Amino acid sequence: MIPNITLVIQGIVFFAVVWLVMKFIWPHIIAAIEERQAKIAEGLAAADRARQELADADSRVADEIRKARLEAVAIIDKASQQAGQIVDKARTDAIVEGTKQKAIAAAEIESMAHRAREELRTKVASLAVAGAEKILKREIDANAHKDLLDQLVSEI
Amino acid sequence: MASEHASPNMTEYIKHHLHHWQVQMPGTEGQFWLINLDSVLIKLLAALLFVWYFIRVARRATSGVPGKVQCAIEMLVGFVDGMVRETFHGRSKIIAPLSLTIFVLVFMMNFMDMLPVDLLPWAWAGAHQMTGHDPAHAYLRVVPTADINTTFGMSITVFLLIQYVGLKHKGAVGFFKEFFTAPFGPWFAPFNLLLRVIEELVRPLSLSLRLFGNMYAGELIFILIAVLTLGASLTHFSTYLLGMGQFIAGFAWTAFHILIITLQAFIFMVLSIVYLSMAAEHH
Repeated sequence: MIPNITLVIQGIVFFAVVWLVMKFIWPHIIAAIEERQAKIAEGLAAADRARQELADADSRVADEIRKARLEAVAIIDKASQQAGQIVDKARTDAIVEGTKQKAIAAAEIESMAHRAREELRTKVASLAVAGAEKILKREIDANAHKDLLDQLVSEI
Repeated sequence: MASEHASPNMTEYIKHHLHHWQVQMPGTEGQFWLINLDSVLIKLLAALLFVWYFIRVARRATSGVPGKVQCAIEMLVGFVDGMVRETFHGRSKIIAPLSLTIFVLVFMMNFMDMLPVDLLPWAWAGAHQMTGHDPAHAYLRVVPTADINTTFGMSITVFLLIQYVGLKHKGAVGFFKEFFTAPFGPWFAPFNLLLRVIEELVRPLSLSLRLFGNMYAGELIFILIAVLTLGASLTHFSTYLLGMGQFIAGFAWTAFHILIITLQAFIFMVLSIVYLSMAAEHH
């Protein structure tokens, strides 16, 4: 069972061809395989990334919506508060204005009454003079009896 | 072997190499019932290896980033599938797996040619000697595709499949009608039939003979290269020259053979697809 020279040379040839394949053919095959692996890995990673991004965007959108809702609530609160304030202010303003107007009206009434009284008084005086004239059937010198008349007026 | 026999005759050596390990089927007589056990066993081993390995890879296949082996097999399957899609326009589930099997199996059987031509026969002879048999009767041919029985077996299978695909796609009536009407029309029915029969018979013949011829010639050239140092003795100067010659010739032919074994496997596959595709198409 000793191999002869023919077989030995054949073995050397075999390993030479193995070397040839290793050197010139195998790298190409491995390169193609690795390229394919890289492409698949890249594709899977891209898909993962896209999914992650989508999830991120979703949560961001939810966040934004929540924030916007809170903001809206705050705005509404503030607005209703402001409205209340405005109404309150309007009410107090109206009260103040009302009292003012009332005071003005009262003062006016007072002054008008005073004037009317004065007028009435003078009219009464002249009426008294006219009455007295008629009674005395002669003209009374108003100036001469001014003191008397004034006294009369003040007595009314 | 050569060292154990005084001066091995060149013709004897070649004859020995081209002799199959044969067994007679029990209870039979004659050449027809001889089985080339070496071709059968090596083809069976190759088939088992192929099935076992591919199943293993398929089971472990991941939809994530594939390993290198899965990647290589995916590329191979993708390549075969691409060929089938390009060539075969009918619909059949069997074509792509058949093509893959043909390609890988033929390649594996052809690959046996790459091993040193004396290695397995030498080991086989050694095994014979150790078990007390005569090593001179230890016959072993390691390349199943260099056995015309193997190639015919495959091409006849493909031939039957061609008929089956034709029947399935055209129906029995269309299939048999075509024998008489294509390609020259019903007026030339006998010619059509004759042409069809020749066409159908030539296909398995050319398929098997092409593969057999290539592999047989390749094996023969390996044997002839080996003859350069047959029975040589290290005391002769010519041995070194012839040894160099053997190395160079062996190296060149083995390297070139990488191309041939791949090409032959590829051709067998492509032609099978083409024939099946033609069978599925209406004329």
